[in-house]
Amino acid sequence: MEEFGYSPPPQKKSGKAFLHLDLPLLTGLLLLCAFGLLMLYSASDSDVGLLKRQLLHLGVAFGILFVAAQIPPSVLRFVSPWLYVGALLLLVGVLVMGEIGKGAQRWLDLGFIRFQPSEIAKLAVPMMVCWFLAMRKLPIRPLTTITALALVLLPAALIVRQPDLGTALLVGAAGLLVIYFAGFSWKLIVLMSVVLGVAVLAVVNTPDLLDLVLHEYQKKRVLTLFNPENDPLGAGYHIIQSKIAIGSGGIYGKGWLNGTQSHLEFLPEQHTDFIFAVISEELGLIGVITMLLLYMFIILRGLYIASVAQTPFRRLLAGALTLTFFIYLLVNTGMVSGILPVVGVPLPLISYGGTSLVTIMAGFGMIMSVHSHSAARY
Amino acid sequence: MTGPERINKSGLALFRSRAIMATLLVIGALTIIISRMVWLQVDNHAHFATLSADNRIKLLPLPPPRGNIYDRAGRVLAKNISTVDLLIEPEQVQDMQATIDQINTILPLSKEEVDRFKRQKRRTRRFQKIPIKHNLTDAEMARFAVERYRFRGVELGVTQRRHYPYSELTAHVIGYIGRINERELKSIDQNDYAGTTHIGKTGLEKYYESYLHGEVGIKKVEIDAAGQIIRTLEVTPPIPGKDLHLYFDVELQRTATDALGEHNGSVVAIETATGGVLTLVSKPSFDPNSFVNGIGFTEYNDLRDARSRPLFNRAVNGSYPPGSTVKPFIGLAGLEQGVVTENHRISCHGSYRINGRGRKFRDWKRGGHGVVSIDKAIYRSCDVYFYDLAHSMGIRKFHDYLDKFHFGRRTGIDMPRETNAILPSPEWKKGRHGENWYPGDTVNVGIGQGYFQVSPLQLAYATTILVSDGRRIAPRLVARIGDTPTLEKKDSNSPIEKIDEHHWEAVIEGMIHVVETVGGTARRIRSDDYRIGGKTGTAQVFSLSEDEEYDEKGLRKELLDHALFISFAPVETPEIAISVIAEHGGHGGSTSAPVAKAVMDQWFLESGSVH
Repeated sequence: MEEFGYSPPPQKKSGKAFLHLDLPLLTGLLLLCAFGLLMLYSASDSDVGLLKRQLLHLGVAFGILFVAAQIPPSVLRFVSPWLYVGALLLLVGVLVMGEIGKGAQRWLDLGFIRFQPSEIAKLAVPMMVCWFLAMRKLPIRPLTTITALALVLLPAALIVRQPDLGTALLVGAAGLLVIYFAGFSWKLIVLMSVVLGVAVLAVVNTPDLLDLVLHEYQKKRVLTLFNPENDPLGAGYHIIQSKIAIGSGGIYGKGWLNGTQSHLEFLPEQHTDFIFAVISEELGLIGVITMLLLYMFIILRGLYIASVAQTPFRRLLAGALTLTFFIYLLVNTGMVSGILPVVGVPLPLISYGGTSLVTIMAGFGMIMSVHSHSAARY
Repeated sequence: MTGPERINKSGLALFRSRAIMATLLVIGALTIIISRMVWLQVDNHAHFATLSADNRIKLLPLPPPRGNIYDRAGRVLAKNISTVDLLIEPEQVQDMQATIDQINTILPLSKEEVDRFKRQKRRTRRFQKIPIKHNLTDAEMARFAVERYRFRGVELGVTQRRHYPYSELTAHVIGYIGRINERELKSIDQNDYAGTTHIGKTGLEKYYESYLHGEVGIKKVEIDAAGQIIRTLEVTPPIPGKDLHLYFDVELQRTATDALGEHNGSVVAIETATGGVLTLVSKPSFDPNSFVNGIGFTEYNDLRDARSRPLFNRAVNGSYPPGSTVKPFIGLAGLEQGVVTENHRISCHGSYRINGRGRKFRDWKRGGHGVVSIDKAIYRSCDVYFYDLAHSMGIRKFHDYLDKFHFGRRTGIDMPRETNAILPSPEWKKGRHGENWYPGDTVNVGIGQGYFQVSPLQLAYATTILVSDGRRIAPRLVARIGDTPTLEKKDSNSPIEKIDEHHWEAVIEGMIHVVETVGGTARRIRSDDYRIGGKTGTAQVFSLSEDEEYDEKGLRKELLDHALFISFAPVETPEIAISVIAEHGGHGGSTSAPVAKAVMDQWFLESGSVH
């Protein structure tokens, strides 16, 4: 809490703060969302109803960004452990209800509202790790690292059980990024990457290893991730079609609304996970690079805000949330262009859908809050 | 832990170096993505542009035909029939209400049909065709075909529809299929179900879903720029689902159902040698064909709210006090555990008090049965003998021995959602009611009343075990899946260990006397053609106080006792074991025993049955 009777000094940092909003960041987000709406219109075959619904999602998401920006980081820090514990309980609740319902279940139905607790975890997990590490001496010691890893892996494991591999990866990444910024030893990072790489190679080469831990149908899904061609009606076909769409776009693209791949319905989920293929087909390499530069601007602004933040909690939070946003972008574009396995991750701010949009905007609201609220001086 | 936030430079230098590193990594990763895009869009542009221009190949799923279900004589119980339906693709229709109104002028639509369509439309993925009218006649097809040009997005389509020819007779056994719902969608492999709209919801259709479904095929087609199919390039045909061949005999089922007459209830017959279930009657029943294409709200509500609960599978999930039908099992428990001997005799005066004190437990026969041994206790169904036996045995031994006969446990039949019913024990009562077990509770369960509850299937299974030397083969409806016999389940139980052969013989002898001795409670079903053993039972629906008289004529039907009967035949080498429950049927001997007799007559005497 800010100390009683203390009034914050006027902001002197770059970027004019208006109602705690960061104008450069806000501009970047608005531009990207507007671009997204245009592409959505094309990808959905000029479906105005769908566009209206997405506008509604955007309205709600920007509203949440605004609210989040008004909350001082000290309050964010105060609520972090509670939010984390709450998210864990909800995740357990979803699993228990899923057990009873005998099927995969991600939604928690409280009667008046239905939501996915794993979305809350996307924010609660990095916030919790920031809270935990911000009071430690940095760079962190091994024991602290292990505790922090446990804080990340527990909720991620619960989400894997739902089963929702994509979201579990994003939640895990968000938490790990905090640890990275807190000085996670490079040696360990390299070691873990090697172990992970070996594990993936092992699974790809001897799939029977999976029999130990997974059901037959789960095993099939995991193997399809690494080898889409195994699945001619599903992911394999999608990736082939997606590559044709991207490649046929060329440097200049076929023009807005003129993509043949998407409009003949060769592309799966054109307005959600595979919208990047539509963009590449219609706007070409030039459009893609322009879009990536816009993303780059947002990410660099986020990292800048983190670097000039006044306390460890703020730095860690802003840094981790920014890079999580980047992970979304990387996983989606990598998957659509066929260099990463197909996990259901949307293109942030552009894909159709409200849930992840709200989470991302809440994250940017927090980043703006970090930049626009002053901490107490000594 | 969380004090006031203060400016704090701890870790600032570290953070900045990490942020710079992160920036480099971000730039590196984006470079990789852009290089990939350059490779796709510049280096290989010509290749992909050609592919795109020629991209006329689409993959269409071919859903497999579902396996049929046959009874033991090869009669078809579930099959697929082709019907012509009127389909709408909502994405193609501009004004849905106007279209529906227009269709209505050519082909009258009921409110149910329109409601069902709207319901399905909400639940279906985009670009799927949804039926609005099923099973069109030739005349209706012709009428629509003439007007077809007026309707964009509306067309005739041939679909495979599940049909259950025996309707009500097999509804509780076969179950039914219905549209895949959201929850089921998540639990299945969606590729295996591409193009499939229905899935097993209850009964064998659900239990054997993975066998009945089959494997999806793929059709590669060439399409034109408008997306219309020009020709088929390659077909990987679907692998049809496997047929199920049952032990079940639908004509025996019909006989059993008819024999119940006006009564609701259940008849379960098991072939002792195989565990094959020959009949599984749960009455009343319903028409499963109504569920296949989505049942209307009114019809469903009527079925759900009917007092007689037609949707409830009494045979597998019903829970009734077994009454005197468990006396042979309790007698065997007493003999085998050394509580009584075959020569043990008591003197029955029509009532029993624990240690001669306290509450009076009455015998069904006012004056009592005089001197009673185990044999007479069974064929006369003497309550006092079993009050005394249960009390001497104690609930612990009682529970542990009857547990061997699967009372209070699932039989393991190949049906979904089987329930346990209740074999009470002190732990069970504590957990369920939070109360201690009293000696009076033991006395009550000694005649199959009190907390004791069984399902008709459990009762038939226990009888099977009793008359087949303690062998425990879990009951099964399905004999063969395709050409492969269903193997006995690996966890099938070992036989019950016998202490003394004579104990078993004594109890079975008592059951034979029930039918054959003068004064036996089911003497009326004696047959000259083959010999039957059995045990009658009467389950109280409401309890009488100590001094009240049960007045059969003065009671409304819902308060009449349930009539139970278990039986087996032929007594020399039992082939078949049957349990019958007629709800509010009054007496087991007069109401239920003739039902079992009717089933056995057909099984043993009529040529129509296949053994």
